[in-house]
Amino acid sequence: MKKLDRKLLRDLARMKGQAVAIILVISAGVATFVMSMCAYASLASSQRTFYRDFRFADVFSSAKRCPDAILPRIEELSGVAAVESRLVYDAPLKVPEMTEPATARLISVPEFGESALNKVYISRGRMLEPLRTGEVVVSEVFADAHGFKSGDQVQAILNGRLQTLTIVGIALSPEYVIQVQPGSIVPDNKRFGVFWMSQRDLEAAFDMTGAFNSVSLKLSFGANVEQVIDELDRLLKPYGSIGAFARDEQISHQYLSEELAQLRNMAWMAPAIFLSVAAFLLNIVVARVISQQREQIAALKAFGYSNFEVGLHYLNMALVISLLGTILGTLLGFWMAANITQMYQRFYKFPLLEFQVDRLAVVSAFLLTTGSAVLGAWWSVRSAIQLPPAEAMRPEPPPSYQLTLLERLLPAGLLSAEFRMVVRNIARKPFKASLSVLGIAMAVAVMILGNFTLDAVSYMMDFQFRQAQRQDLTVSFIEPATSSVVYEVAHLPGVLDSETMRTVATRIHYQNRARRVGIMGLDSEPRLYRLLDRRERPVQIPAVGVMLNTKLAELLGVNLGDEVIVEVLEDKRPTVSVEVTAIIEEYAGVNAYMNKQHLHALLQESNVASGAFLKVDSNRIATVFNELETRPGVGSVAIKEAVIRSFRETVAENILVMRSFIMAFAAVIAIGVVYNSARISLSEQSRDLATMRVIGFTKQEVSTILLGEIALLTMAAIPLGWGIGYLLAAAMSSGLDTENYRIPLVVSRTTFALGAAVVIVATVCSGWIVQRRIHDLDLVAVLKTRE
Amino acid sequence: MNSDTTRPAAVFRAAGVTKIYQMGEVRVHALRGVSLELYEHEFVVLLGASGSGKSTLLNILGGLDVPTSGTVHYLDQELTASSDAELTQYRRKSVGFVFQFYNLIPSLTARENVELITEIASDPLNALDALDLVRLKERANHFPAQLSGGEQQRVAIARAIAKRPRVLLCDEPTGALDVQTGIVVLEAIVRINRELGTTTAVITHNAAIAKMAHRVISLSDGQISGVRENQVQVAARELEW
Repeated sequence: MKKLDRKLLRDLARMKGQAVAIILVISAGVATFVMSMCAYASLASSQRTFYRDFRFADVFSSAKRCPDAILPRIEELSGVAAVESRLVYDAPLKVPEMTEPATARLISVPEFGESALNKVYISRGRMLEPLRTGEVVVSEVFADAHGFKSGDQVQAILNGRLQTLTIVGIALSPEYVIQVQPGSIVPDNKRFGVFWMSQRDLEAAFDMTGAFNSVSLKLSFGANVEQVIDELDRLLKPYGSIGAFARDEQISHQYLSEELAQLRNMAWMAPAIFLSVAAFLLNIVVARVISQQREQIAALKAFGYSNFEVGLHYLNMALVISLLGTILGTLLGFWMAANITQMYQRFYKFPLLEFQVDRLAVVSAFLLTTGSAVLGAWWSVRSAIQLPPAEAMRPEPPPSYQLTLLERLLPAGLLSAEFRMVVRNIARKPFKASLSVLGIAMAVAVMILGNFTLDAVSYMMDFQFRQAQRQDLTVSFIEPATSSVVYEVAHLPGVLDSETMRTVATRIHYQNRARRVGIMGLDSEPRLYRLLDRRERPVQIPAVGVMLNTKLAELLGVNLGDEVIVEVLEDKRPTVSVEVTAIIEEYAGVNAYMNKQHLHALLQESNVASGAFLKVDSNRIATVFNELETRPGVGSVAIKEAVIRSFRETVAENILVMRSFIMAFAAVIAIGVVYNSARISLSEQSRDLATMRVIGFTKQEVSTILLGEIALLTMAAIPLGWGIGYLLAAAMSSGLDTENYRIPLVVSRTTFALGAAVVIVATVCSGWIVQRRIHDLDLVAVLKTRE
Repeated sequence: MNSDTTRPAAVFRAAGVTKIYQMGEVRVHALRGVSLELYEHEFVVLLGASGSGKSTLLNILGGLDVPTSGTVHYLDQELTASSDAELTQYRRKSVGFVFQFYNLIPSLTARENVELITEIASDPLNALDALDLVRLKERANHFPAQLSGGEQQRVAIARAIAKRPRVLLCDEPTGALDVQTGIVVLEAIVRINRELGTTTAVITHNAAIAKMAHRVISLSDGQISGVRENQVQVAARELEW
């Protein structure tokens, strides 16, 4: 090994504390980057393979009852490569140990041969066998949630008749990679399952022989999706179609795409933060080393080492640190990605979801860290290159100090000598001090970013499920119910309050944009299902007009007072122009609302209800629920608490895993910046501090000068960090603004306090470590050192 | 110089060398028109008080600094017309430096400090042989912090001569040492001059040391105030100060 390289390694070993702190900061950035990229690669490739091998459809539509005779006409549509028709029904399930309702989505598979599209992957057991009755294949997440295996039996109410179904296989489908019930925001694997049944069974149960109610299309390459959707709608309109949609509105696909987009976001955001902090740290550390080694640089140059060799030597110092950080970060990133992939395996079901190494990510991480290390160290290294050897022979001139503005403004006697030294030290290198403040502030900001999601989700839960929705049970009727049915339900023993609603499938058009959305008709002053504005104030439902939630208004580009075209997709299918009379705040889904009376008038119908919201005596929820289940006409019953619980279980777990990573990384930044700044201050001032000790200052007084600087910088950094953290949270909030859910920009006081706490703890720890070195100051050596 | 005189060839020829530093708002005249020649195998002492300009002169001869005006030749190379890269090559090939404060790399052992230089030289001595020349072979694996001041300076000398330089430039080599240690260091320098024939220039403010030299050039206030030749060179051991 070259002697200059050996010197490099020994120099690094001497400053190992500082080097390790920087390595950790770099590895935090690299780990997040590699983790996101590998998780992205794993998820994206599993998705691609599953979609391709199991022929995930491009366009989906459903209708009430389409005759099979229409199929050839669909196949003839230009751009259509394959067509699969089937029967899809939701049916209440009776699961013995559950008081809460479960819904089975029954999907038909052809009696002979296999489906052309959205094929089923059998993970255990077998596929349905032809001509057998009562067999089902069940989705894996649902089977696992209940411990079902092949041979088990379940009971479902098919078209009002209780039937016993035998499970013969457990399966996955590209259509239900993540299994979210329509209208829900998170998967609830216990209460929603997908069941594949033979076409013959379903035709018999629902009296649909020779007909279908759901169709999926595979498009040929280059097909015009919009045009296919329009033509399909035109064909199916007479059969009660509620509108076709493409993959981007398919729920499972949407969730997967959003997760992938989030990983992409994280992949650039993390290196941006961590590597700029690391670049700054490398800058100050290398600068300090160079200034300490002036005479060594002089000797090297005097003996004929070129500027390039000397510069490279100090640049290598940064490069070794960044390389070690990259290696550690890559390994850490692999480990995190393996963990995340494992977590994904519980939500996203693929035949094969394996942790994949994204080689390109590793190469990119290496290039990114090397680039930032060179950038950070270059400004310091340049000074070593430019240092003329004759000048380097002489000791560094004493730094020039000036009276600070603070001292000029305040009366002379007010500031202690110690405080003056601290303030002048900071003022002498304002750029470095500002960057230190910024670095510490980033730690606060990352901490806020890590905790903000939990704040936002808590707020969202409270807003949606406590402030807005106050019902305990939500009942849906199979067919619109008359007032007598409603009366019965409302007067069940235990029901404290009730409210009805009417929902209808529509497509809302505005200019050239359109969106399939269900409009819900509500009372003008709902007590249970309330709509709120941004400030959580209840919004009165206007007598006329349609109300959109903010996301829907944004998607359509609609403002208050605009006229939209509402195309009803049920029954008489009227199309009317309606004014947007209110825009309301909701954090889940894209929804539209109307005054119930207005909706009835629009549909030219009497006072019927699609469902009801019930407030129930908390002791009698189970009784009321069981009573409702037995009533004919009741399609499904949702218990709000159960929804909240499953939301907590899935989302909170997901967030907690990420949060613990982020919190650890915030601590790494805080310690990295504070510890390095403190060490450098000590090194720059050790002569002065030792001199002060010689002339009679106590260790405490000397420590005050050293630690006062760090304390001041930290104090300045905290409010700045709060600000940056809030901005980052805002960026994340708008990055997570999807159709399924929005993350409101809510940062709690606790989160702000935690952000401050992490840097204060880091400051105290670093201060303590550095302060111990003051005790070791060699007072005699100081007096001997040459000028 | 002509080859038919008794003098060997001139290694350095400096003519009218002036150096002005700008120190803040003050202009410092470090050298005011110095002209001199240093000859092959010669042992020269540049004697002068602090601030006489002797360090500046040595730095210019060694290619560490460039004069404000005047010319300096090393053999056929005009140092004053050389680029930074050419000066680096010149220092790398031809010059050995010894500094008052040794300037050893504290993170490298004695041997490694020497090897730091032999690695970039074209025909170097073996590092251990170089240390043996200064009688420090047995301390080769000690770090600078484990060596006394005199030992450190001898390592610095070994480091300076390991590349077999044509010239050895020493800036107050005994300035930080006591008399006994200083003598050991000077003996090492003399031995190098004698055994390797290296042209040697030693800067000092100590007139006693001048007795060891072939020639003594006195500097004061940036000008040459006198040149004398010693008929007899006093051995380092016999010096007293």
